[in-house]
Amino acid sequence: MHELSVASAILNTALKHCDGRRVTVVNVRVGRLRQVVPSSLEFYFEIVARSTACEGAALELVEIDARLQCNDCERAWSPEIPAFRCPDCGSANVEVSAGEELEIDYIEVKQQEAACTAPR
Amino acid sequence: MHRTKVRVVEDALDANNTIARANRDDFDRHGVTVLNLMSAPGAGKTTLLERAIGEPLEQIRVGVLEGDVQGSIDADRLATLHIPVTQLNTGNGFGGECHLDANMVRSALDQIPLDQLDMLIVENVGNLVCPAEFRIGEDARAMVCSLTEGEDKPLKYPLMFRACELVVINKLDLLPHLEVDLDKLLYNIDAVNPGVRTIQCSAKTGLGVDELREWLAELAHRRVRAIA
Repeated sequence: MHELSVASAILNTALKHCDGRRVTVVNVRVGRLRQVVPSSLEFYFEIVARSTACEGAALELVEIDARLQCNDCERAWSPEIPAFRCPDCGSANVEVSAGEELEIDYIEVKQQEAACTAPR
Repeated sequence: MHRTKVRVVEDALDANNTIARANRDDFDRHGVTVLNLMSAPGAGKTTLLERAIGEPLEQIRVGVLEGDVQGSIDADRLATLHIPVTQLNTGNGFGGECHLDANMVRSALDQIPLDQLDMLIVENVGNLVCPAEFRIGEDARAMVCSLTEGEDKPLKYPLMFRACELVVINKLDLLPHLEVDLDKLLYNIDAVNPGVRTIQCSAKTGLGVDELREWLAELAHRRVRAIA
């Protein structure tokens, strides 16, 4: 249910970088720990983008698997369920090395060709 | 007309976090410690606050920023404690935001008597999802999880449980009447946020309230650096 909030945040970031140009693609890296539902995010993005430079832009979501790293025994693993203790040594000193991303990687914009004004 | 790729590489919540830092600077300037208190609707945040800050907390001057989609029912309740309470509604007459973000808190700053406070407790909108995403310039985030919500909630809402440094388990007085497994709940909380501090409470009987008051007082003394 936070997809509407996330969609608005993505839209505002894209608009900030598009310099008024028409946006055709917004590419976002989404970590699985962010609990974003892709279809729901696409649905809301389409709605919030209306009447902006991002209207009709394709929202491309690149999902990033969760990776955890134990700082005590150096075990690295991908959790299947939300369990963040080290399965080997039981340590709580565990770092998330991937899976928390919510990052606009790039956007694609339509660029007007520069008109040639040089005299023939 | 041709297409150009523009590298962005920016967190979608950067804009919010920038405003959160500005809030944080204002709080720091006034020496105010800020706690972002979150929970599902009906977990007992307001009742717990009535209990926890109803009596003076050492010499710490506490105020509350009350976030709700609509109305001032909770703010009216807390105002009877004779502390500064500021109401912040996220609704605009037709629907409303389900969480507080940094900008909403910023818009309310001029109504909060920061120079008269040592601690501001922000009672966020009741919701286990969105509030976890949005920093508001707080020192610490805590949540209330009531027994009636069941032992599986940490596994369903790990984002929220992981965002907090304190989980208050409320409504302990109901334990004999429920099928909920308290040990399982504690196990699940520890699974998603290993080692997180928990306090078992009953806002009704007063169980655990002193422990919560001690935690609040310690937080006010701590003045940790920006988490926003």
